[in-house]
Amino acid sequence: MSSYIIQGETGPWEVVIGLEVHAQVISQAKLFSGASATFGGEPNTHVAFLDCGMPGMLPVINAECVRQAVKTGLGLNAIINRRSIFDRKNYFYADLPLGYQISQFAHPIVGEGTIILDLKDGTSREVGIERLHLEIDAGKSLHDQHPTKSFIDLNRAGVALMEIVSKPDMRSPEEAGAYLKKLRAILRYLGTCDGNMDEGSMRADVNVSVRHPGEPLRTRCEIKNVNSIRFVMQAIEYEAQRHVEVYEQGGIIEQETRLFDSAKITTRPMRSKEFAHDYRYFPDPDLLPLEFSEEFVNEIKASLPELPDAKKARFVGEYGISPYDAGVLVAEKETAMFFEAAAEGHDAKAVANWVMGDLFAALNRTGKDITESPVKPENIGKLVDLIKDDTISGRIAKDVFEIMVETGDAPDKIVEERGLKQVTDTGAIEKVVDEVIAANPDKAEEVRGGKDKLLGWFVGQAMKASQGKANPGILNEMIRKKLLG
Amino acid sequence: MSLDKATVRKIGFLARLEIPEEDLEGLAHELNGILGWVEQLAQVDTEGVAPVASVSQMKLFWRDDVVTDGNMPEKALANAPEAVDGYFLVPKVVE
Repeated sequence: MSSYIIQGETGPWEVVIGLEVHAQVISQAKLFSGASATFGGEPNTHVAFLDCGMPGMLPVINAECVRQAVKTGLGLNAIINRRSIFDRKNYFYADLPLGYQISQFAHPIVGEGTIILDLKDGTSREVGIERLHLEIDAGKSLHDQHPTKSFIDLNRAGVALMEIVSKPDMRSPEEAGAYLKKLRAILRYLGTCDGNMDEGSMRADVNVSVRHPGEPLRTRCEIKNVNSIRFVMQAIEYEAQRHVEVYEQGGIIEQETRLFDSAKITTRPMRSKEFAHDYRYFPDPDLLPLEFSEEFVNEIKASLPELPDAKKARFVGEYGISPYDAGVLVAEKETAMFFEAAAEGHDAKAVANWVMGDLFAALNRTGKDITESPVKPENIGKLVDLIKDDTISGRIAKDVFEIMVETGDAPDKIVEERGLKQVTDTGAIEKVVDEVIAANPDKAEEVRGGKDKLLGWFVGQAMKASQGKANPGILNEMIRKKLLG
Repeated sequence: MSLDKATVRKIGFLARLEIPEEDLEGLAHELNGILGWVEQLAQVDTEGVAPVASVSQMKLFWRDDVVTDGNMPEKALANAPEAVDGYFLVPKVVE
């Protein structure tokens, strides 16, 4: 349970959050035309006559987009509606040449589902999915190219989107962030959306309201098109605080659409709010109902990959790692694959620690993705084995790992070439210990006189003298024996 | 159902039609006539009849996910009042 509460003058306030995510469907062609759905391209080259609103053109649905929507619905444990209807959502905008967006209103392709959030404190929480529907994207406007004109590129117009609407089940910015991360992970595992918020292939509209706990819902505001998880969390924080201030000063919140200003970290009303949208939805007469069979759904179900929640449970059961660690490892499909390749036949808990600790840090430092990791997964397994069979100490292993990052070499090769093998030969260790004690007679006397704390100092000195290669267990015992008898 | 002048003005705005003030009254009258005609349909008893999406016996046709169209920017832009560097140019619309 999160306890994100805003303490106001009139008592504690709870934040209520719902998210509408627009996820671009991965497909070759657009939802209703044969033009390319690929990101980028020279302006207006991925445009069929339908996409630029030429008269007489008819939409024909792309089978793959239907499959992708059903697949996503199954991944969200949602009800699949085998009959759904396309409607026209009417509004005028320069990047919407049809004058309407083809969308689904009363009868979406996917109904209620659930998504499980993995929170930072290791707990989980369920958030309801209200619906998922298919619709077309609009074109792109560039406003900074000309003093009095906007430039319009319709390459994106008509690309399939899934609008995924949550129930107002989230209560903190952290939960909203966890929701987006989890949804993105599911979409990526399924291969139905690349989840890339920078390129705009996943965008979020955020609905925020506040209330005193136990009260019915109050008026919400919708913050449009927020394009990073961090911005979503910041927008919620700002907006909730704004609501509390308005209420506590005796004001009222009006339902409105707002924009997030990422430079100022504030929200402001859209200027067009005086022309509040009146979409006049009606069934698109160019499109018959979308219908498919139970077998169609079952075939897709049979093709589903292992999803993050199932993988997480398996990692906990199979590898004995904690639910939190498993959650971190499955958050990205590529990380999970890397971990499994590294853990294969080795101490999985130790491998998990190396992956989440030193490897993540090294990737962060070098700005690399796990798929570009200089350290091969099997080499992490080998490194763990070298520590386990006492070939090297844990301390030396850290150095070996850094060399692995730099050179990409296997750890056994590094240990061999650089002579980093741990010294377990008691004779050799004894020699080092004797030398250190002989060089520090006063301190040795102090230890014998009862100053136990100095034992650690001797261990450090002797370890240093062995260049870190002495087996720490043997070394410790040897020093105790020599000094305390 | 009866439309007043204000509603007709709003419908005009939503459709981006400029309707002179003196035409609103007459237009409201005409639209009310059409609505009245459509309302006669309500007299038909449709109890227990599923809504019909189309009178044709067709099923929705599905296309394969293959790129078969596009790559004709000069044609897409042919009717544009203004175009530069492959873009449509429109009066600035900015939020």
